[in-house]
Parts: sequence; C-alpha cells; structure tokens
Amino acid sequence: MSNAVQPRNSYLDAPYGVAAWLLTKDHKRIAILYLISITLFFAVGGMFAAGIRMELLTPRGDLWTPDLYNKLFTLHGVVMVFFFLIPSIPAVLGNFLMPIMCGAKDLAFPRINLLSWYIYLLGATVTLAAVFNGGLDTGWTFYTPYSSVSSQTSVTTAAVGVFITGFSSILTGLNFIVTVHRMRAPGLTWFRLPLFVWAIYATSLVMILGTPVIAITVLLVGAERALHLGFFDPARGGDPVLFQHLFWFYSHPAVYIMILPGMGVISELVAAMSRKQVFGYSFVAFSSLAIAILGFLVWGHHLFVSSQSIYAGLVFSIISMLVAIPSAVKTFNWTATMYKGSVSWESPTWWVVGFMGLFTIGGLTGLFLATIGLDIHLTDTYFVVAHFHYIMVGGAIMAYMGGLHFWWPKMTGKLYSEGAAKTSAVLVFVGFNLTFFPQFLLGYMGMPRRYQAYPDEFQVLNVLSSAGAGVLFLGYVLPAFYLTYSIFKGAQSPANPWGATGLEWTIASPPPTFNFDEEVIVTEPAYNYKPTREVHVG
Amino acid sequence: MANPHEHALPAAGLTHTPGHDAAHAHEHNPNLQHHFYSMEQQLEASTLGMWVFLVTEIMFFGGMFMVYIVYRIAYPEAWVHGSNHLKVSLGALNTGVLICSSLTMALAVRAAQIGSRRGQVLNLLLTIVLGTVFLVVKYFEYAEKFELHLVPGPDFNSTGVIPLANDPTHQQLFFSIYFMLTGVHAAHMIVGIVLMMVILVMAMRGRFDSSYYTPVEISGLYWHFVDIVWIFLFPLLYLLGAHLGAHGG
Amino acid sequence: MSSAHVTPVRTYVLVFLALLVLTGVTYLVALQDFGWMNTPIAMGVALLKAGLVVMIFMGLRYNTPLTKVVAIAGLFWLLILFGLTLNDYLTRGWLGVPGR
Repeated sequence: MSNAVQPRNSYLDAPYGVAAWLLTKDHKRIAILYLISITLFFAVGGMFAAGIRMELLTPRGDLWTPDLYNKLFTLHGVVMVFFFLIPSIPAVLGNFLMPIMCGAKDLAFPRINLLSWYIYLLGATVTLAAVFNGGLDTGWTFYTPYSSVSSQTSVTTAAVGVFITGFSSILTGLNFIVTVHRMRAPGLTWFRLPLFVWAIYATSLVMILGTPVIAITVLLVGAERALHLGFFDPARGGDPVLFQHLFWFYSHPAVYIMILPGMGVISELVAAMSRKQVFGYSFVAFSSLAIAILGFLVWGHHLFVSSQSIYAGLVFSIISMLVAIPSAVKTFNWTATMYKGSVSWESPTWWVVGFMGLFTIGGLTGLFLATIGLDIHLTDTYFVVAHFHYIMVGGAIMAYMGGLHFWWPKMTGKLYSEGAAKTSAVLVFVGFNLTFFPQFLLGYMGMPRRYQAYPDEFQVLNVLSSAGAGVLFLGYVLPAFYLTYSIFKGAQSPANPWGATGLEWTIASPPPTFNFDEEVIVTEPAYNYKPTREVHVG
Repeated sequence: MANPHEHALPAAGLTHTPGHDAAHAHEHNPNLQHHFYSMEQQLEASTLGMWVFLVTEIMFFGGMFMVYIVYRIAYPEAWVHGSNHLKVSLGALNTGVLICSSLTMALAVRAAQIGSRRGQVLNLLLTIVLGTVFLVVKYFEYAEKFELHLVPGPDFNSTGVIPLANDPTHQQLFFSIYFMLTGVHAAHMIVGIVLMMVILVMAMRGRFDSSYYTPVEISGLYWHFVDIVWIFLFPLLYLLGAHLGAHGG
Repeated sequence: MSSAHVTPVRTYVLVFLALLVLTGVTYLVALQDFGWMNTPIAMGVALLKAGLVVMIFMGLRYNTPLTKVVAIAGLFWLLILFGLTLNDYLTRGWLGVPGR
C-alpha cells in the first residue's frame, strides 16, 4: 500500500493555471480555496482579539476609545463566527473528504459548491466594507433596538454581508445532504460510513434548517434601519425580545454547526491513532443526529434574563441539560476507544487529547449556565466568554488543527515536521488555558463581558489572560510556517502515512482529480483495524 | 434511504444502472454529468436538492410569519384594521393569477416529460405572463399605499387616514410586516420569472426531452413554492376583517 | 426516464379548478364571523390548497419517501420555531413571578 512516488496527475497538477483553479468544479480544489480564505479571516479575527487583550492589560480604558473597543469585540465575534468557525471544517475538510468517504467522484452539485465559495467571498467583501466604513459596534449578537435604530455604525451593510454569507453555508449543507443520500458507492450502507460523514451530515441538517432564520432576521434589522419598517423598535410597538428569539433560533444551533464537525474529526483521529474500531459506533453516529435535533430546542437559554417567561425558561433549561448527554456519550466512547488501543503519539493525537480535556471543561460549564439560578449571576460575565471559547477554540479549533494535520499529507502529498507540529499543539494548549481559565474566575467574581475597564482587583487575572493570548498566537502562527514549508520542502507522503482505514487512504496522496480509478465497492465496516496491519510513518 | 445499487451488487468493476435495459458505460446521454452514473440518479439528486432548498425557503419565510403571529396575538384589532386597508379584490385576483400560473407551470413540466416543444414553450410563456400580471397588480397596490401614506416611516399616516382610535402605532407594525412579507415574496417572483425566461430560451432551443428535463422540473418546484407562500399570505393579510364588511374593496 | 410519472392533463386541470373553488371558499368563509374559529378555518383551507399544490403540481406524491420526509421536516421545523417562541409569549405570568 505504500507509494513513495508523487503521482504525476493529481488534482493539484492538472489542469494548470489560475483560471483552472478559480473555475474549478473539483471539490478538492474548492476545499483548498476555502482553506486559504478562512485562514485569512482567522488572522483578521485574531487581530481584533489582540486589540481586545491589549486593552485589558490595564484596568482603565486607556488604549482605545470606548467606541473603538465596542467595534473590536463586535468584529472579533462576527469575523470568527461567520467567516472562520462556521465554514472551517465543513468547507475545508468536509469538501475535501466527503465525496471520497462516500466513494464518489465529486459532490452531488459541483458547480453549486464553487458558487458557495464565491458567495462566501461576496459576503466577506460586503462585511469588510462595513468594517472599513464605520465598523460595527453592536456586538456580534446585533441586539435591537440599538442595532436597528440607534447605532451609528454600518449595521445595514454588515447585516447584508452576513445575509449573503449565510447562503454559502446553506448551499454547502445542501450539497452534503444530497451527496450522502444519493451518491454513496455500492455496499456503502449508512452504518459503514465513517463517523466524520455522520457528523458532517448532522451539521448540514442544522445549516439547512437554521441559517435561513438568521438570514431573514438580519434582513428585518436592515429593513428596520434602512426602510424605517418597524419590527423590533419599542417606540413603534415592536418587541426587542422577538429579535432575540429569532436570532438565537439560529445562533444556538450555529454553535453545533461549529462543534459537530470537530467531533467528527475527533472520531476519525481517535480510531486511526488508537488503531481501533470506535467504541459504540452507532451510539456515536446517532449522537450526532441527537445533538443536531436537540440543539434546535434550547435557544431560550440565551434569553433567561430577557423578560422571557419563567415557564419557557424552565422548558429551555431542562432541554439544555438533555443536549449535554449526546456530547457526553461521544466523549465516553472516544475514551473507551483509546483505552487498550494501540495509541501512537504522533501530532494528531496531541491535538485530540487537547480537545478532549478542553471540550469537557467547556461542555460542563455549559451546564452551569443552563441552570437558571446560576445563569442570573453568570450571564453576560466573562464566565460565558470562557465557556464558549473553551468549546469553540479549545474544542472546535483544536479539532480543526488536528484534522488539518491528519489529512495534510493526503491533501498536499507532503509530510510536515512532527516536532514542529507537536510544539504547536503544546503552545496552543498551554496558551489557551492561560488565556481562558482565568476568565472563568473573572466571570465568577463578576467581571462583565464587553467592558473596556474593570476594577483594579481583576488586573492580575486579566494580565495572565493576555499573556496566554500571546502564547496562543505563537501556537497558531507556527503551523502557518511549517505547513507552508512542507508544501515546498516536505518529504513525499505515501498513500497511507498513518496506516489508517478509510477510503481516502486507499488512493494516492494527493488524490487524482476524479478520486477513484475504478468503481468503489465497499464490503467492510468502517475502522476495520486488524492486528497485523502494516504501519508506515512519515 | 435505499441505495439504488443495493439490490444488484455487481461484480468488481462493472457499472450497473438499474431500470435500464441496455445502458452501458459507453452509451452516456450527453446531458449526464460525469459524477452521476445514470440520468435517473441525476434527476433524483436534483429533485432532492431543490426540495432541501425549499425547506430553507420555508424557514426563511417562516421567520417573517413568526413576526406576524407574535404581533397579531398582541395587537389583534390593529391587525384587523390594517387588513381593512388592503383591497380584497386585488388580493383575490392575484391568488387566482398565481393558481393559473401553477397550472401552466405543471403543464410545462409535463410537456417536457413527453417531449413536446410546443407545449413547453406555450406554457412557460403563459407562466411568465401570469407572473408578470401578478407583479403589475402588486405595483398598483403598493402605489396606492404610498398615496395614502400607509408606508411605515416618518411619513406614516401623515394625512390621518388612520384615526387615533384605530391604533396607528401598531397598524404601522402591520404595514411593516405587510410590506416585508409581500416584498420578499415579490422578490422571489421576480427571481422566478427570470428563471422561467432562461428555461424558456432553453426549451425553445429544444434542450429538453423525455430523457432530460431536470431544469424544468426543479424550476417548477420553485415556482409552485412561491405560489404556496401566497396561498397563505392572502387570508392572513387580506381577509382578517372581511367579516366586518369594512374592507377597502 | 421510464420510472418518472407523467400526470394526465385532466388531473392537473381538476386540481386547478379545486384550487379556484377553495379560494372562493376562503373568501366566503371569511365573510362570516366564526369567532375564534376564523383563523383555524382559514388556515385549514390554505393547508388543503397547499397540500394539493405540493402533492399534485409539485408531484411529491410520486417522489421517493426521502423527498417526502424532507418536505415534512421543513414543516415540522417551522412548527418548532412557532411553538417554542409562542411557548414564551403565551405563558408570561403563568408562574406568578412578577414581571415574568
């Protein structure tokens, strides 16, 4: 199975030229296009974060004006959520791997796939126009009536930008759903699919059912601002809480769009790095669907203090507790998979272990917030900020990095420096905890979020947090160097450097344009690890 | 969720397309895209894809219906009074027009299925005409609202056409959601008409026949959906106060 | 496409006429006041009309079970949005907590 020779006609080589890339219908090329775009936006969002953490080194609001500070945290949120986290794993790893994992030559609708990337770019351009033309200071949550009536910033433009970008998400999800249903190879039954496919499928359901609601909601906000239609303005009989209901109907499931793919990646990495079938495969598969569905029933936990009825709060609180269960199932099953597995400690494993610890903390602190009594004290404090960063960064981004490293040899045909990768994983883990653990304490002690200034006694923890951010920055910048370096100077990767199971490892690294030379017929379950399998490590 | 291949597990390497007697790998329909193995799979996937898209449209309009519902429950009288400013006759006319257009659309798809170029062209043309009639009527309705100062904004009710007793503040809410709902619907109609023009040109060039009519089918699905939205908008916006007999006509 | 179903023109025309009749019914019923039943009746008729368009004009009747599940899921999710939001608005004051 080892193939040390770079195939001459991989998807990277032919056809040549910029036009061939910009007009490609190949899902693998589109994945690379997305990779470049979202990395750029990760840097932009990170820049805004740097601005925030620099200000918070001192208790006074002395670095930026209050208005600028509002814009910094708003844009950090908007860019990271809509232009990095939501597309990341689905648009990069999903686009690259889904057809291959289904044994297909491409997604169901290749041209729509390309369209989704252009729509993403258009939405990003419009949003950047808002950034440079007055910015946005409403918080990424756009609460009315400030956003729809009073704010002097480019809310309407930003709303249009987010509206457009939503369609990129919708088209991606649509493509994945139809592909999984209609394009699986012969013999590839649902329960032989890799768990990554289940996770992306569940994510796609959320994208389809939730994104349109935020689309119409931001459109309503834009219409309120630009056309003087009144929907959420109390002065005209409107209800701001209605905005919150509509906004969170999508934005809560959106967090599952951000974490479910990560969980799918972890399932793949855990199986490969432990050389073992995932424990409780069907439980893990169904848990993805359960998270996707239950995730739509809990949005009111963002409205506990909004004047929402207590009865509704009770209902949302109970269901929010329930939604933790499928996530716990996954975590137990991954642990059980690694237990007595033949665990190899190559770099992807380091990202996996980081994920498991940080996601657990993030998930458990969600339960604190789901408890109404506690939430009254913790809401809008740094406790919430820490909670969602543990999941989004400690969870989702670590999973993304792990996946990027695991599939890098497949995508590029090159091997990267293991030492550098492990260093990066450690820097990210240490930097992350240093940045965000103090924030749990700060929030518990009452420091509100989105505040530029704070009482003196909070300074030590804030300084630790900002220092951690510096380390985190190093951890993220390092891969930009060694991964890029590997493209030019890295060793050639064999078809299966990790000795893993999965259709993607049966084809060349990098794959040919149409993925498979012969028709694929699947006869084995996923993760069919046998003790005598040969392992080639780069 | 049946995988079309499941009942006929082929020997290694052989492509097997169910439902066809003699279709082999080298006899591809020129309209078959390379990543599909049969025209049937292509049509099924496209139809499924369009239905998934329509689900997103359901949720998209759904957000506006949610706003309508919440405020109607809160301000029922303002809703009735607001509705009375709308002309039922025009709403009913438009409903009839769209229902006709759904018929012609269905007939256009059928014509493509049986390979009748004349049937396709005639019915697509009728669909476009009817859709345009709808938009023209809408234009006149909107124009009248502007004349009566019933458009939300600083100018709303500046001529006092709504007496204070009839809750102009919340009627402004009604008109906001009226314009939003019908405006977004009209935007969808415009997209639909442009889409139909493209399909019409393709049909005139003989692009579609019984083996390939996917674009007509899925455009038709979109068109019918836009009709269905109007089927709900008509009673919800126009008929609230009909039993009170005080309608604008 | 041997498996695709071609609906007869007669069926389409009958459905068309039914839709026109039902529109008339919608209007005539709206002229009467059935109190709280006004909305359910109007929505019921609208659902019937929508159902005819979906099943016959859109051909859902002849599509795969999966396509039908997709359509129903869309409707169901809309009901989740309506239901859980109204679960807030309609229950304010139920638990006797001031202001909630």
